[in-house]
Amino acid sequence: MAQSITKKKPVSAMIAMGIISAAMYAALLLNQDLVNNTFGKGGLYALLPIITAFVFSFFHGSFTGHFWSVLGIEASKKKREVK
Amino acid sequence: MHDITSNFITLDAINILYLFGVGFVGGLVSGFIGSGGAFVLTPGMMSIGVPGLVAVASNMCHKFPKALVGAIKRAKYGQVDLKLGIILGISAEAGVLYGAQIQENIKKAFGDAGSNLYVSVAFVVILATVGTFVLLDAWKSHKSGTAHEEEKTSKLAKWVQSIHIPGTMVYFKSINARVSILFTIPLGFATGMLAATIAVGGFIGVPSMIYVLGAPSLMASATELVIAFVMGLGGSLKYAMHGLVDIRLAMIILAGSLFGIQLGAIGTTYVKPFMIKVVMGTIMVIVLFSRGLMVPVYLSQLGLIDKLGEGTVSVLKNTSFAIMVFALMLGAFIVLRAMWQGRQAEKELHATRVLEQGEVEV
Repeated sequence: MAQSITKKKPVSAMIAMGIISAAMYAALLLNQDLVNNTFGKGGLYALLPIITAFVFSFFHGSFTGHFWSVLGIEASKKKREVK
Repeated sequence: MHDITSNFITLDAINILYLFGVGFVGGLVSGFIGSGGAFVLTPGMMSIGVPGLVAVASNMCHKFPKALVGAIKRAKYGQVDLKLGIILGISAEAGVLYGAQIQENIKKAFGDAGSNLYVSVAFVVILATVGTFVLLDAWKSHKSGTAHEEEKTSKLAKWVQSIHIPGTMVYFKSINARVSILFTIPLGFATGMLAATIAVGGFIGVPSMIYVLGAPSLMASATELVIAFVMGLGGSLKYAMHGLVDIRLAMIILAGSLFGIQLGAIGTTYVKPFMIKVVMGTIMVIVLFSRGLMVPVYLSQLGLIDKLGEGTVSVLKNTSFAIMVFALMLGAFIVLRAMWQGRQAEKELHATRVLEQGEVEV
């Protein structure tokens, strides 16, 4: 008898993460002067670019991960583990 | 603190697309071999008017979040040795600081041309020796038909694993053996020094994990992402404290590179392990020629050979940059091609299974 394993594509997660990611990029590019002046101050302000990088990597990283999954490009089912 | 905020360039749509595209290709290669891309990204940023130090700092600030995303992805495939990555990463951080100090001293003593010559010679010597070795090893595996088999541990790695120094032994899952950290520290340090010199520490880090410690290629390239994260985070903090990071550039490159790194990481699950060596060796050997072309330019600037004409310098510079871009594009092409072939082979296998067993997977 035929077996059927259905895997749901993460379309809604991709859209949600995509919207958050796009909003963050819009905020960054629409406030370039403010961002440059604040982030370029150095000293303790150094934490701002570091935190920004972590936040962007989380949301945009989740979006890009879901993006390839939705397109059907996923890891090989054969070789997920390295011996 | 440097007041260089006025040096942050104005970004237009073309610059944004350009940085996004270079970021994507760099990310794709990094996701696959654990590093790469920086040697094109930094001069790429400088070509649109970004000051050198800001380009280095912004590249560093896109590198650590990219490496983090790549490392998490590849950890899901069981390819990351976190303990090895952190131990190597910490010693690499020390290597970065020492390498940067050497750079500064050379710059003070011999100026920009002296510093550039040092970087180019480091590129040529390391890429010629390590790159050729990696490529030849991949070629031997391919010719001898052992490319499909499990990788053999090198004699050097077997010797390293056989040395027991009490109080320094640590078990690493990628190597499946206990190795003295007195061996890992210099390797990490060298990786960091190279990262500070030519921006791509992985050209030492990955081969040393494979040939000196005995880690499989896939695990070495994935673990390199952990090292890149540790080094990149420390380096970014240092540059950001001097106000040198242009977060806009870093995040735009990150936008492209996170698409690339996910794809590169997925690609590793479809290919034979020796493909890591093929891609890495190919890029290293081509970049070697690119940097080799610049050596006469710097020698002439230092007055060690006859002065070259402006036209000749311009041709050499442009050709050198074009060859570097070609190296990265070829690397990306090999990754995508290998991934495509792997996917096709898996689909065919799946179709055969469906016909034979009636198993359907959607």
